[in-house]
Amino acid sequence: MNETLKQAKSILVSLKMTVVLLALSIVLIFWATLDQVNLGVWAVQHKFFHSFIVTARVGTLQVPVFPGGYVIGGLLLANLVAGHLYRFKLGWRKAGIWITHLGLILLLVGELISGLLQKDFQMRIDEGETKNYAESSRQNEFAIINATDPATDEVTAIPESLLSKGTVVQNPSLPFRVVPKAYYPNASIQMRSQVPNAPPSLATSGMGTMLAVTPMEVTYKEDERNVPAAFVELVGPDGSMGTWVVSPLLGNPQTFDFAGKTWKLAMRPKRMYEPYSLKLIKFSHDLYPGTDIPKNFSSRIQINPADGSPSREVLIYMNNPLRYAGLTYYQQSFDNNDHTTILEVVRNPSWLAPYIACGAITLGLVVQFLIHLWGFARRRAA
Amino acid sequence: MTRRMPLYVVAVAAICFLMGVAPGWVQQPPSVTAFGRLPVLSEGRFKPLDSLARSTLLVIQGHQDVTTPDKRDLTSDEWLLDVFFAPDKADTYPIFYIDNPDLLSLVGKNEVNLTIERLSFNEIAPHIQDIVAQEKLAEPVEAQNRSRFQSSVVQLYGNLTHYLRLRRAILPEGSKDFLGELLRLQENLVDGVAAVRAKEDGKPHDEAKAAAMLEEGQKFVTMSESTDLLAIPPDEGDDPNAWHNTGHALLETFSKGEVNPAVLAYAGMGYAWQGGDTERFQHIVGLYQASLEKHFPKQVEKARIETIFNAAQPFYAGMWMYLGAFLFSALSWIKWPEASRRTAFGLVALGWTIATLGIATRMWLEGRPPVTNLYSSAIFIGWGSVALCLILEAVYKNAIGTAAAGMIGFATLIIAQHLALAGDTLEMMRAVLDSNFWLGTHVVVVTIGYASTFLAGVLAVIYILRGIFTKTLDKATADALARMVYGIVCFATLFSFVGTTLGGIWADQSWGRFWGWDPKENGALIIVVWNALILHARWAGLVKQRGLMCLAVFGNIVTSWSWFGTNMLGIGLHSYGFTDAAFWWLSSFVLSQIALIALANLPLDKWRSFRA
Repeated sequence: MNETLKQAKSILVSLKMTVVLLALSIVLIFWATLDQVNLGVWAVQHKFFHSFIVTARVGTLQVPVFPGGYVIGGLLLANLVAGHLYRFKLGWRKAGIWITHLGLILLLVGELISGLLQKDFQMRIDEGETKNYAESSRQNEFAIINATDPATDEVTAIPESLLSKGTVVQNPSLPFRVVPKAYYPNASIQMRSQVPNAPPSLATSGMGTMLAVTPMEVTYKEDERNVPAAFVELVGPDGSMGTWVVSPLLGNPQTFDFAGKTWKLAMRPKRMYEPYSLKLIKFSHDLYPGTDIPKNFSSRIQINPADGSPSREVLIYMNNPLRYAGLTYYQQSFDNNDHTTILEVVRNPSWLAPYIACGAITLGLVVQFLIHLWGFARRRAA
Repeated sequence: MTRRMPLYVVAVAAICFLMGVAPGWVQQPPSVTAFGRLPVLSEGRFKPLDSLARSTLLVIQGHQDVTTPDKRDLTSDEWLLDVFFAPDKADTYPIFYIDNPDLLSLVGKNEVNLTIERLSFNEIAPHIQDIVAQEKLAEPVEAQNRSRFQSSVVQLYGNLTHYLRLRRAILPEGSKDFLGELLRLQENLVDGVAAVRAKEDGKPHDEAKAAAMLEEGQKFVTMSESTDLLAIPPDEGDDPNAWHNTGHALLETFSKGEVNPAVLAYAGMGYAWQGGDTERFQHIVGLYQASLEKHFPKQVEKARIETIFNAAQPFYAGMWMYLGAFLFSALSWIKWPEASRRTAFGLVALGWTIATLGIATRMWLEGRPPVTNLYSSAIFIGWGSVALCLILEAVYKNAIGTAAAGMIGFATLIIAQHLALAGDTLEMMRAVLDSNFWLGTHVVVVTIGYASTFLAGVLAVIYILRGIFTKTLDKATADALARMVYGIVCFATLFSFVGTTLGGIWADQSWGRFWGWDPKENGALIIVVWNALILHARWAGLVKQRGLMCLAVFGNIVTSWSWFGTNMLGIGLHSYGFTDAAFWWLSSFVLSQIALIALANLPLDKWRSFRA
């Protein structure tokens, strides 16, 4: 074997490498915790953990400064697997360590998968309302709705990311092209009459002509949301049809007629439709007597299954989510004077992995601990 | 002579503790104690007035006793009685602690008389408008971004509100003879209500009587809006948790046709207290207590036990026993090794037993597992570490276990004493934490993980200090300490890991994700990884005895960061205990640990124990 390769192998399998990686992971986690004050927990996860390299801004450049979660986690995994293969020795004395490390591998892989596949949405339901979709709390979509048929809407949804890149969209279901003119990740919208010195609007059609759009700093605070706004030009076969302003702030969709059909435009939170629907029967918010300290929140929900089978009722409350059709519904918040429930909807196909992994690691540690204790007691007795 | 020392010392300590519990030793009249035992509903839980008085005084002025301007000492119960029934007197008691110079100048102190002192309500009252105005400016600023002046103003405003809400809990503002007013109301009730009815229907009526009755009603509305203390029990057959404040109970007078008897009882107590009529006071308290006992036996019993618990101050007593244990352990390395060691062991065992009783009482009162907030985590970390130390000492018999127990026990209880200044330590749990199963498993296990990581660190500190500054660290002791630290780190790895993952499972159950990178979660994870790092470094032969000790001392920094530092960021789901002063203490602690690690890296010929 080549000398360098040999050296690389002996580094990869070494415990020294383990210690270095553990130390690096501590620095990474600590740094990420501190940075949450500036960035918020969501951005921190992407910057530090779901990344290969952590970069920092020096002047105008993004400079790599530290290995990210994927690198450290991946190397730890490689070190662990390689170490076990290299020093493979079967025997009872190391049984606990084996089980622990197997669990650890499962934990690392499971977290990787859930980081890649986990999706979370929110579902707001008013009392008595039935809903068959959940909405993203972070991502928005630009929906173009063909509302000609009063019975069904035909929706073409363009993700926010395409608007932000300015990508021109031409789709067979639309008789026009969509040309994004401007996009602001966070913006406020006011009536033009209230903003005397606003620059002229890009919009030529719809409500946009009356509105002033002011871009704002992107916020990372936990209790604030970014509300995007965009100017979108629609171009038909005969040239421009006009430029509209769209934003979740506008509420009702803007309507216009074209090519004998009725169209609606709306930028709204990205939706995830489900074949079944949920109805909120009652939301309850209990307080401790004589205080504002919440004691419990709960939502009584009726599930109307997709296959038309009889509906059933469930109670979702703190520490007691509903797991249904591969999704988990948690009681997250409430609104509207306790008449609206807000459920967190999570799709995480690997949710079982940490349970198994932690069970294995715990078992392994207990076994190893008992083996040590047994040896210690025997030595003292001797 | 020294043979009997352990017995004598432990006996004296036990007697000192029991004196606190024994009723005869409380320095207030029995009638006042009986008053302190009356249950009320406050901050969402039933508690005796005694607890209300103590926690209010701790929040406002940092300790439980009050000294009047004429240099009399009042117990917290006596103070509360004056606040309720003799507000003119209570307004002169200096209880508001102000240490911010800008705030002191706001309340009229200038260069001439600028001293940090406690002020009475009367001294502050002329400046209330300014305080309210400044508080309005400071309040919208997020807690961690406030300047010192802003924090002080918000705090003083909170304390004043707290005080005023108590002062108006029973008596209406400015009332001189509440009992007389109520009795006259009872007398005129039928005519008065009839007059008001007639007036509403537009029929002929006695205008004076109607006006008087409406005025009473308005007074009761004001009363019911100016306090949050629910002191008046519901009628028989009503929801037993639906207690009222006095104003609310008095408003029902008009529909029920009689003044609420519990309000009358309180008014009677007030009348007797104002007149200094101890006998009558005791009589009325006794009657009211007996009537409560009939309908609310559980609340009355809990209030009684809680009052005894308050007076016993088990954690305060335990603190001094741990300190004594540490001193005797240190003594054992110098003189009378066996007798001092056994004395230390006895004191640790006694302190731990008392702490166990204290924790058990708290659990019974709350109906909760031992750790429910930052305060109880401090107590439980101490309890867990000391338990491990007792085991270590029983095995090794070298006074190291008792010394470590003394240090950790004393330190954690001091921390707990300071955390108690934030208010009622038996507060109710917020909805998301309301799960006895997870509190009992995740929180308890992870707290034991903290406790054992600290213990490993403290053992390492003992190794370093004894090795450098004394000649007592011989080879056998050093090896024993290294084995102890290694064993405890193994134990800590197990508990911190299991505790952290149980937390992940709880999070998956209530928030839909196993891991959310929340600051507190990260802090716990860092402890697990650090313990794993220590073990791997030792297995790899990267560290020997001294290196192991340095790593274990650094574990103290890691654990204190997770315990307190993460809360100071003011973000995340677990940020429930932000304190300004804690930041200073945490920084000093971290620096002291770094200094110890630096010390440990002195060349061996500088270590007194190892010098040839």
